[in-house]
Amino acid sequence: MAARGCGGVWRWARQRGAGWPGSGPGPSPRGQRAVACNARGGAVPAGKSGLAPWIPVVGLEIHAQISSNSKLFSGSQVQFAAPPNSLVSFFDASLPGTLPVLNRRCVEAAVMTGLALNCSINKKSLFDRKHYFYADLPAGYQITQQRVPIAVNGSLSYSLCIDNKMSQMVTKTVRIKQIQLEQDSGKSLHDDTRSQTLVDLNRAGVGLMEVVMEPDMCCGEEAAAAVRELQLILQTLGSSQAVMAEGQLRVDANVSVHHPGEPYGVRTEVKNINSMRFLAKAVDYEIQRQIEELENGGTILNETRAFDSKLGCTVPMRDKEGKQDYRFMPEPNLPPLILYDTKSLPDNMNHQQVINIDWIHERLPDLPSVKREKLVEQYGILPEHSFTLLNEDGLAEFFETVVKQTQMKPKKVIGWILNDLFSYLKKHSLTVKESPVSSFLLADLLNLLEKKEISSTAAKRVLAELWKGEGKTPLEIVKEQKLELLQDQKELEQICQAVIDGQENE
Amino acid sequence: QKVSVEMLDHLEHLALVDFRDSEGVERLQKAIQFADQLQEVNTDGVEPMDSVLEDRCLYLREDDVTEGNCTKELLENAREKVEEYFVAPPGNIPLPKLEEQDTFLQGS
Repeated sequence: MAARGCGGVWRWARQRGAGWPGSGPGPSPRGQRAVACNARGGAVPAGKSGLAPWIPVVGLEIHAQISSNSKLFSGSQVQFAAPPNSLVSFFDASLPGTLPVLNRRCVEAAVMTGLALNCSINKKSLFDRKHYFYADLPAGYQITQQRVPIAVNGSLSYSLCIDNKMSQMVTKTVRIKQIQLEQDSGKSLHDDTRSQTLVDLNRAGVGLMEVVMEPDMCCGEEAAAAVRELQLILQTLGSSQAVMAEGQLRVDANVSVHHPGEPYGVRTEVKNINSMRFLAKAVDYEIQRQIEELENGGTILNETRAFDSKLGCTVPMRDKEGKQDYRFMPEPNLPPLILYDTKSLPDNMNHQQVINIDWIHERLPDLPSVKREKLVEQYGILPEHSFTLLNEDGLAEFFETVVKQTQMKPKKVIGWILNDLFSYLKKHSLTVKESPVSSFLLADLLNLLEKKEISSTAAKRVLAELWKGEGKTPLEIVKEQKLELLQDQKELEQICQAVIDGQENE
Repeated sequence: QKVSVEMLDHLEHLALVDFRDSEGVERLQKAIQFADQLQEVNTDGVEPMDSVLEDRCLYLREDDVTEGNCTKELLENAREKVEEYFVAPPGNIPLPKLEEQDTFLQGS
């Protein structure tokens, strides 16, 4: 489902007394927004309330775990669930005398992602140390790319529906400030009962691509749509599996509000957003919170807040009080990372030590936007159809397989895929892979329909039966339930005559 | 010029060091003075050097799993452990603010 753009005018309505759980005066209950922005961006006058409109500004910092066998700077394995501290090398544990060694695959992943996001790839990029103390960061610093990252100045286009109508889709763009390579930290499990933290370093040192999006978005839906498109791109490239539930894609939102014509307001950073749904909620909550705070005469602190998914609100984060001083310094153990293209390729260098940007560019797969266009062109379906096909894992392949096996026109097939099959899947919360009706079965069914052996009403009944997954073929069900269309002229005449006769007798 | 008390307190918080006494602060002052000699060199138009390795080739490793699986060895270094997890205090314990501290800096 495509995200809904924040269309129309929102009016501010003060709500006193309606307590927000957990804290004092807070934003009004869900559904009422003081935010005024439309799909074309910017503020819309708040209208009758008489209060000056607010322009919300949303920027994102997205950390995507690189899909690789081993970590960014060491040879320990990258894997989601494993016994604690079993995927940890001496370097990951920051034992003295160990040194970082850069993983080639991680660099390639970052280059692919940079190219897919229209970035300029920096042929020379540098590594730095970012210092802070935390139990899951054994070295006391994270190796990142603060001064000169691997890719800069790109863009990402994404689609939104206006006013909840799939038929009115609009394309928006967000600028990509940069992409940098950096290390992931370990995991802390807080045991409040025994007043201790348990540390697992399996994740420490895993390669991350941090994608920084400029504050070109104005609400939760835009943020969620942009992240969704990035997720699809990463999965298409294979540079990250980007599964939010497994922590492979983490999003921090930077939110501020200001009046039109005035400078940007103080921004807060919202962390701990664990799903796409919560991303939209967290951003919208924070926008509302800031507006209410400011309208009540308060100020916004430049702080880090965490999203509490149970309460649906943001709260200040305990360990992040005060401005951090990361004391950035160049990573002395790593020389600059040099990348080449066909022109600058050195003659006598070991092949394995050279990364050629052009070589990678030539081998990029079709990005989601290109795939969508191809589907529209090839099959004559609508843009919003191809959007849904690509938005659901496996659905596009399912559609194409059915089309290949049936004489029915793709424009008709798409109706069956989206209106019937897809709604069944949604109703039962199943993925395409889990569908009890395979593409072959559906193709069989549609062929019966196309050959006029059954009616469309009958076809729907057969589909309902197929859904039970009892292993029967469409033809078997048709015979069982006697759903064949009568073709015999004489037989039809006899039936009609019988009905007429029956009427006459009344 | 001398380093302010606020700066010293900030450094103590960041680096988790304790300047302890006037000799410690003196040593810090002298270290800063020594490093300040760098300012006498004219570096206009000169690219800063990060490391003596800057002309070396950054070695790229193949993406193979070659390490790990040494939980027992790693945990040998841990003062406290719980079922193969390292144990740490609950979150960062903030140092008391300057006014609340019982340090040498108070008196200076």
